[in-house]
Amino acid sequence: MSERLERRAAMATLLVDRGDDLLVVPGLGSTTYDLAALGDDPRNFYLWGAMGGAAMVGLGLALAQPQKRVAVITGDGEMLMGMGSLATIGIQRPGNLAVIVFDNGVYGETGMQPSHTHSGVDLVEVARACGFAACLEVGDEAALRDVGARLKTLHETLFARVLIAANEPPRVLPERDGVALKGRFRAALGLKA
Amino acid sequence: MNTQIVDWPDRLFETLKRGGIRQVGYVPDAGHSRLIERCRADADIRDVVLSTEEEGVALAAGAWLGGERAALLMQSSGLGNCVNMLSLARTCRFPLLMLITMRGEWEEFNPWQVPMGSIVEPVLELCEAEIYRVSTAGEVEAAAERALQHVFGDERIGAVILSQQLIGRKVWTK
Repeated sequence: MSERLERRAAMATLLVDRGDDLLVVPGLGSTTYDLAALGDDPRNFYLWGAMGGAAMVGLGLALAQPQKRVAVITGDGEMLMGMGSLATIGIQRPGNLAVIVFDNGVYGETGMQPSHTHSGVDLVEVARACGFAACLEVGDEAALRDVGARLKTLHETLFARVLIAANEPPRVLPERDGVALKGRFRAALGLKA
Repeated sequence: MNTQIVDWPDRLFETLKRGGIRQVGYVPDAGHSRLIERCRADADIRDVVLSTEEEGVALAAGAWLGGERAALLMQSSGLGNCVNMLSLARTCRFPLLMLITMRGEWEEFNPWQVPMGSIVEPVLELCEAEIYRVSTAGEVEAAAERALQHVFGDERIGAVILSQQLIGRKVWTK
């Protein structure tokens, strides 16, 4: 097995020169910290809870903002809890939505207990079966850069599983006042905060 | 089938339209079948069939982040599936309009519907939702209008409860 990717570097590669029209919804836990570690942005809607809901927040947002691009970037445990939402998204198929799973095969937040993906549950195959237009397995830098490039011109519902090393970089904790996060996100889109 | 003329779902639909609802999440439900049909036929409403009701709570949050109003249709049993996800609406004060058809409270044939049906209102109260209970067809429109105003004007959770008395008993022998 090849060396797994480092999560912080992977987030940076995906979102390099993200542009003003990319909206990002990370899942609770590590992906929220990874996104915050890149530097704060009002177009990030950090989740500190709502486990299993990240992809659906992304769907509602992508449908409401068809001129923007939406990236949900979450962990395998969070995605497993909302696996039915892949079926829901698979029949809506907004072309401006990407669901990217940082898969390290463990629940990092709670002590590295193995997740279902550790034992072979394949989320890429689930997404494919649910009707996602592009389903990508990302195991190296080149494939990761390709997903980053696809995000820039997103035009089809995309799912990517990024193979991430099971480690915990120092936590970077963003704002956790949900009302504040909501208000600044809407303001960044020109909506009433 | 119930042969009396039932027009409250159509009036409810028109109220949602006037209220600017653009996304409707639902788990298929007999009590909501006419409303779902109307939403599916409307070019300006995105109907999103859900695999579980809690998805709709997250959908509505995303819709509001992007400037759209959503409504979530469910049966009373579905509220139980939503409880943790309601934290998202409560913590961030996302507007959340729920339209809940009741089971387990009036001429219910199926005892399995009673445990959740019987705790819908206490659960909603614990989750800080405003409750608008409707028992007759004539009350539906006004209740929905008040709920829309409260939910989207004040960014709160509101639930219109459509009682089993309104909906009528389920026919078990076909």
